[in-house]
Amino acid sequence: MTPAPTDKTSTLDDVIGELRDGMTIGIGGWGSRRKPMALVRALARSDVTDLTVVTYGGPDIGLLCAAGKVRRAYYGFVSLDSAPFYDPWFAAARTSGSIEAREMDEGMVKCGLEAAAARLPFLPIRAGLGSDVPTFWEGELKTVTSPYPDFDGRAETLIAMPALRLDAAFVHLDLADSRGNAAYTGVDPYMDDLYCAAADRRYLETDQLVSTEVLVKSVPTQRLLLNRMNVERVVHTPNGAHFTFAGEYGRDERFQRFYVESAKTPEQWAAFSKRFLEVDEADYQRAVTEWQGAQEDQQ
Amino acid sequence: MVEPVETTRAEICVVACAEIFSGAGEIMASPMAPIPLLGARLARLTTEPDLLITDGEALILADTPAIGKSGPIEGWMPFRKVFDVVASGRRHVVMGANQIDRFGNQNLSAFGPLQQPTRQMFGSRGAPGNTLNHPTSYWVARHSPRVFTDEVDIVCGVGYDRVDPDNPAFRYHHIHRVVTNLGVFDFDGPDHTMRARSLHPGVSAEEVADNTGFEIAELSTAPSTRMPTAEELTLIRDLLDPKGVRNREVK
Repeated sequence: MTPAPTDKTSTLDDVIGELRDGMTIGIGGWGSRRKPMALVRALARSDVTDLTVVTYGGPDIGLLCAAGKVRRAYYGFVSLDSAPFYDPWFAAARTSGSIEAREMDEGMVKCGLEAAAARLPFLPIRAGLGSDVPTFWEGELKTVTSPYPDFDGRAETLIAMPALRLDAAFVHLDLADSRGNAAYTGVDPYMDDLYCAAADRRYLETDQLVSTEVLVKSVPTQRLLLNRMNVERVVHTPNGAHFTFAGEYGRDERFQRFYVESAKTPEQWAAFSKRFLEVDEADYQRAVTEWQGAQEDQQ
Repeated sequence: MVEPVETTRAEICVVACAEIFSGAGEIMASPMAPIPLLGARLARLTTEPDLLITDGEALILADTPAIGKSGPIEGWMPFRKVFDVVASGRRHVVMGANQIDRFGNQNLSAFGPLQQPTRQMFGSRGAPGNTLNHPTSYWVARHSPRVFTDEVDIVCGVGYDRVDPDNPAFRYHHIHRVVTNLGVFDFDGPDHTMRARSLHPGVSAEEVADNTGFEIAELSTAPSTRMPTAEELTLIRDLLDPKGVRNREVK
């Protein structure tokens, strides 16, 4: 008898139980697009703290800043992708000086994840030279000179982008099986495979948990972004990327604006937190459905 | 008889943005705001048919649709592949700017000290990589001394005084144009400082000087920006921007 393959289906609590203070966590998606928000919400309401976050930032890093979880952030940008664009909680963390920013060019994030994925200490890149990126990194970012001179006999000196090694990666894919095979169905894979390849522990949340057979029949082969070697745990989280968009649903623009509005006063934020953040994922989804219904009634 | 419609400042800006791409050839045009987007599409419909344009998300458009509209596609350009295009150099981006200095340093990250800014914007985004790898231009809808400042708070887009001439890694740096609601500029002034190429009809050198935090080369002798042709106006008004999005960005 062949032993059964590992079933990786887990709960959000299983994932949070494996995280420790001070970890470096990479968060997949892009801006306000296919963010693993269910995992982010679970992390925000946990006791885990003092985190270093690596991200193409959106409301994921905003919610973690609101919860006071972030000590240091590595990012190419932070954007909500629609008006008012700037995340209020990331802005508050920055203007109060409560996080150390390792801001960089967007291409440097991809480069650093690729270095980690290939177990290399660095990869050379042109982006960053001449800009204030090295100033942000306060001596942490070095250059490297090519051992091969150019056609004119001069050697190029480039940014030596260090590997962005992650203790853990969070990603949201539209479809997955219980073993960690997973696919995206939208127009863009973002960098989710790179986040997983750069991390020691890889946590996947998914809108649809299906059999392997259904998974591979549902999408063209090229959409199978993650294979089993890249995932430790799979969490079934329908609508888990809310209020960012995923393959099967659009961004909840009204709720995102409500999130931004709610950040304006401590009273509004306390009400938002009580209703949407100090609750488990099932209650969050119920509260969102109720909120959406009330919005519809007002129309 | 039909009253002739007066050409708007926005339409002059669209044509000036189209001219950013003159001679660009078969490269990706990446405009980051409505007026330069209309400019890129106008260039593609007139003199630059081989430009690649995208829907701003992940699809390369086969046709040249109106702003906000999609259409038939010809290819795939997810974000990860955009970085490959950036590194290849086959791209011309038109970015916005919260600040630009006389050497073309640009800021869209934040105001104030790096680790404790007074106001947070986007972060550096792709500006460092864009400016080191391929032609970069800027679009400023409201030319003011707050934007055109003596010194930017955070250098995201790299200016000419930050280029190391001894390091060939800087060899692809080129800031092509700055188009604003007042005129068209480049960095061919003394020591690669900002220079006026043309001022839009009705704009005086004094108005530009009053709205710029540093001296602009050749400002007093700058000619007038050319008016759109009848064909260009028809393309802008009837095909590319029938709803007049341009006139909301520039009055």
